[in-house]
Amino acid sequence: MVEFRIDRQSGMAAYLQIVQQVQEALRMGILAAGDQLPTAARVAAVTKLNPNTTLKAYRELEHLGLVEARPGVGTFVSTSPARPRTLADSPLRGELADWMGRARREGLDWTDVSALITAARAEHYPAV
Amino acid sequence: MTSADGASRWAVEARGLGKCFRRRRAVQDFSVRIPAGAVCGLVGPNGAGKSTLLGMAARIIRPTEGSLRIFGSPVDDPAGLADTAFLAQDKPLFPQFTVEETLRLGRELNPRWDQEAAERIVRSGKLPLGARVGSLSGGQRARVALALAFGKRPRLLLLDEPMAELDPLAAHEIGGLLLAEAAEQGTTVVMSSHRLADVATMCDHLVAVAGGRVRLAGETDELLAAHRLVTGVHLTEGVPAEIARHTVVESRTTGRQLTALIRPHGPVEGDWKTVEPSLEEVLLGYMRSPAAPPLLTAAARVDGPHDQEAAGSHGQEQEDEEVTA
Repeated sequence: MVEFRIDRQSGMAAYLQIVQQVQEALRMGILAAGDQLPTAARVAAVTKLNPNTTLKAYRELEHLGLVEARPGVGTFVSTSPARPRTLADSPLRGELADWMGRARREGLDWTDVSALITAARAEHYPAV
Repeated sequence: MTSADGASRWAVEARGLGKCFRRRRAVQDFSVRIPAGAVCGLVGPNGAGKSTLLGMAARIIRPTEGSLRIFGSPVDDPAGLADTAFLAQDKPLFPQFTVEETLRLGRELNPRWDQEAAERIVRSGKLPLGARVGSLSGGQRARVALALAFGKRPRLLLLDEPMAELDPLAAHEIGGLLLAEAAEQGTTVVMSSHRLADVATMCDHLVAVAGGRVRLAGETDELLAAHRLVTGVHLTEGVPAEIARHTVVESRTTGRQLTALIRPHGPVEGDWKTVEPSLEEVLLGYMRSPAAPPLLTAAARVDGPHDQEAAGSHGQEQEDEEVTA
């Protein structure tokens, strides 16, 4: 089982923080195949996070193939042997890292980069 | 949000709702709906009408105008009495009663009483059942009050400032308890709160009021996504044209810097730094600008008599709002 920590000052959507923390827990071996994720009610009790936000994160993780929802039972780390691609080893991540390096060399600071990403995201994902 | 049993998918539906106290209009022309299953924050400055709205939904205050439906039935329908629980800010309990006696009172007064849930809530706070309510701390009393509210198994739980006056630890525990129990029982929650940081993570829906009128209503994520905070240099008088073509909620200048909270219609052109505002920034912007047009998402809007069917589309803004930026 994992426990999530929601940073309310980070500016990152809470559901994305959960997605990221599950991915990290998988990489670090805190979560293994077959493990159950805490229920939305449990996450709510511990972190005061709206249960729908947790469910949104779990749907996202399911979409990434990292977890499976078993109706009426809970959400579990996928056991499928063919480990589905995670965001971490996606080529997109590498390309973004290259892009960040370039932005930094060109003198863009943290907020410039955030603004560009936010603007680009808003353009490509209107009203997620 | 849809209900399989054909019951209303709207926990609260207000149309042209208004309340006059003698000469003062506490709430006016209030049309909003809140879907069943939502955890909805009710925010706004003191005197905005939050408590009056909660009071009307709890049938403590009789509306003077418009209609108010709770799960599809008129608010004054006696059949709905058992469906709603209301917890006032001062959490009124009998101080001489013990915790156990308080729960017994709940059991005697409520036909659908769930002793197990009530006891679970009390026990998870390690409250001694024999303690007198008057001797408990604020956080413990809040827990007993929530046990009483959830023991009733309401479909709609109305809370007026549930976490005000609690210390940070108690507020965290009570907030978590509230969400966990609501998730477990499928309760719709409407809670007024001044703690905007809490509202941002606890509530999936939001209704912001000022001067008795609705300012913002809908899914928290969607309301946030509809706004941008732009900053830049401004050299001319007034709001520059490339900003003014969007809906400007609030703008202010400090020296040569212009900061504006906008609802963009398309991309923001020109040399402006654009960020997504925090919930607090959006709410404060609306509170400071009473003239800014209100924003209701498709889900929160009550339009025409056939809305029950028409409400399905999500992510759609008011007809004059096209959010693309």
